[in-house]
Amino acid sequence: MDSGVYQIFRDLWLVDLILGWLPEWAIYGSWIILLILAIVLPLLLAVAFSVYFDRKIWAAMQMRRGPNVVGPFGLLQSFADGLKLFLKETIIPSGANKGIFILAPMITFTLALIAWAVIPWDLGLVLSDINVGILYIFAISSLGVYGIIMSGWASNSRYAFLGSLRSAAQMVSYEVSIGFVLITLLVKVGSLNLTDIVLAQSGGFWNWHFIFWFPMFVIFFISALAETNRPPFDLPEAEAELVAGYQVEYSSMAFALFFLGEYANILLMCALMAILFFGGWYAPFAFLEFIPGPLWLIAKISFFFFVFAWVKASVPRYRYDQLMRLGWKVFLPLSLFAVMAYSGILVAMGKV
Amino acid sequence: MADIDIKNYSLNFGPQHPAAHGVLRLIMELDGEVIERLDPHIGLLHRGTEKLIEHKTYLQAMPYFDRLDYVAPMNQEHAFVLATEKLLGLEVPPRGQYLRVLFCEIGRILNHLLNLTTHAMDVGAMTPILWGFEERERLMEFYEGVSGARLHAAYFRTGGVHQDMPEGMAEDMLKWIETFPQVLQDMEDMLVENRIFKQRNVDIGVVTAEQCLEWGFSGPMIRGSGLAWDLRKSQPYDCYDKLDFDIPVGRHGDCYDRFIIRLEEIKQSLHLMKQCIERMPRGPVCSTDPKITPPARSEMKRSMEALIHHFKLYTEGFHVPEGEVYAAVEAPKGEFGVYLVSDGGNKPYRCKIRAPGFAHLQGMDFMCRGHMLADAPAVLGSIDIVFGEVDR
Repeated sequence: MDSGVYQIFRDLWLVDLILGWLPEWAIYGSWIILLILAIVLPLLLAVAFSVYFDRKIWAAMQMRRGPNVVGPFGLLQSFADGLKLFLKETIIPSGANKGIFILAPMITFTLALIAWAVIPWDLGLVLSDINVGILYIFAISSLGVYGIIMSGWASNSRYAFLGSLRSAAQMVSYEVSIGFVLITLLVKVGSLNLTDIVLAQSGGFWNWHFIFWFPMFVIFFISALAETNRPPFDLPEAEAELVAGYQVEYSSMAFALFFLGEYANILLMCALMAILFFGGWYAPFAFLEFIPGPLWLIAKISFFFFVFAWVKASVPRYRYDQLMRLGWKVFLPLSLFAVMAYSGILVAMGKV
Repeated sequence: MADIDIKNYSLNFGPQHPAAHGVLRLIMELDGEVIERLDPHIGLLHRGTEKLIEHKTYLQAMPYFDRLDYVAPMNQEHAFVLATEKLLGLEVPPRGQYLRVLFCEIGRILNHLLNLTTHAMDVGAMTPILWGFEERERLMEFYEGVSGARLHAAYFRTGGVHQDMPEGMAEDMLKWIETFPQVLQDMEDMLVENRIFKQRNVDIGVVTAEQCLEWGFSGPMIRGSGLAWDLRKSQPYDCYDKLDFDIPVGRHGDCYDRFIIRLEEIKQSLHLMKQCIERMPRGPVCSTDPKITPPARSEMKRSMEALIHHFKLYTEGFHVPEGEVYAAVEAPKGEFGVYLVSDGGNKPYRCKIRAPGFAHLQGMDFMCRGHMLADAPAVLGSIDIVFGEVDR
């Protein structure tokens, strides 16, 4: 956020009244915390509702009603579930490694949230506009593996252990191809800053990256499914084999943290797809520009979330070795080749 | 470096496992994710059915058969009443035969719908099961219509069936036969040509024809391996010899072939249902022998003879001549047999039940060996296990 906005905040009389006695750095710190809350609270709310929408979409495809009892249209279902989990006892298995067992869901949850710091909601509307935004996001999402490995190891359960091993292998393998997919984009944009990537797509939807990079978008989408452990790549928690995978021993809020983190990650991946390939906050046509940018981004995120739910309802699950084969033998060579092909084309067209 | 003793990873799969299809406990020895050895432990649902039957009259024993393979209850009843009829030398009137076959085919569809959709769920497809269950509910309404119970029907009787169909049910069935193929088609579209589904099932859990014979497999398990063996054709019982149907046969003996065979059998069963409804003659539904079949209630109120029969049949039951007999039916899961020994009394001296699932489960070890952990649920789904009949 640029300093102009901060100045406006600083000049408010209310701020002076409440925080005036603090040193200057503390006031600035409060401002940052306020900004963080402005992202995290709506995000958590969005996560709660996205669980509800996920279940509703899923139910519609299975010709059921889905949650419809708690609140109007069942809208408050997620909050009821959250409350239920909150009131439950946190069970720590006697054989578990306590410290790590408790730490793991916290890590997963925190990492899922802090990645949102660099997501630009509109021009200039971003918490931290760092010039290596993409790298930051992938650093964070790679760290996400730790939460899962730690939970699987600390649970001291065979199912959890197998689940966490699978998950780690899966996330590591698909990050490789996601990385290469991004390189094909970055070659053209010439910046790792997410705002710059969106700015490169200004001027109508035909400038959006998904048109020229469509094959890359497909690979990115599938890898995003794998990265977030969604069907058909939900092996770590494959119900039919591993019951619930790495979360099998968790209960109460510890489980809720995993659950929220998972959905926050899914939303993050949807946001990334919107920003990288679908023009971020831009409207598809000039005459639709009266709708504010953040709404466009939210609309795009919702669309991709719908597609995620759609996929979940319609496909069977891959087997572990098939997943690995797809990652290393299909996507990796494809994306490697694409890096060369796209760079070659861009160089030939003189765009770089 | 010192020698490190590397042990296989042993995993206790079940008895409380979402994919264990009931109360199966599998002890798996895993090398990484590859199954080295697999040891099924059964008996967690043992209720002593066979022993209980020895203390029940033939009529009282019959409902136990609903509780064996509770997914297709009437098919089991069929085997028991056939065995009793064989010992008695009893003729079943044609309408009774057609009704029995009609409801056995409904049972086959009930079973296959459950199995196909849970098989799909075992490999991760969650949606078909919810579509399939809606249709199963319709079929259970037919069960309810004739017997008053959705699941544990107790509809078949020695000598026929208990009651005729209520009016209008035949039309409802024909209507259902018209609408159901669309649902089946939707399920097919979703799974049969799905690449992930194929990757998960083709060449998984292969059984050769020789292995089938060695291990006593039957039903879709043996037909999946290329042997066209179906008791409805090879030793027709009731009116199956008057009906026209095909036996789908696979070639590879893998999970995928068995899936397709069951799908095809549903279509054949629909065809059979239709024929039964169309060709069903009028007449009595149960044997008219007053020593076997209790009189109608209205008759009982008027005739002394009927009152005596009614009293005797519902207290002592009928006596079955001395002898032993084996009767088998082609249940949805395979050959379901009843070996009945009678000492001339009103209760079976011994009743041995041959459940297809029991024979099939023995094959789990060699079918899964060398496959991945995730294949075990797929194989389990494709051999169609219901613990009511395995543990008895």
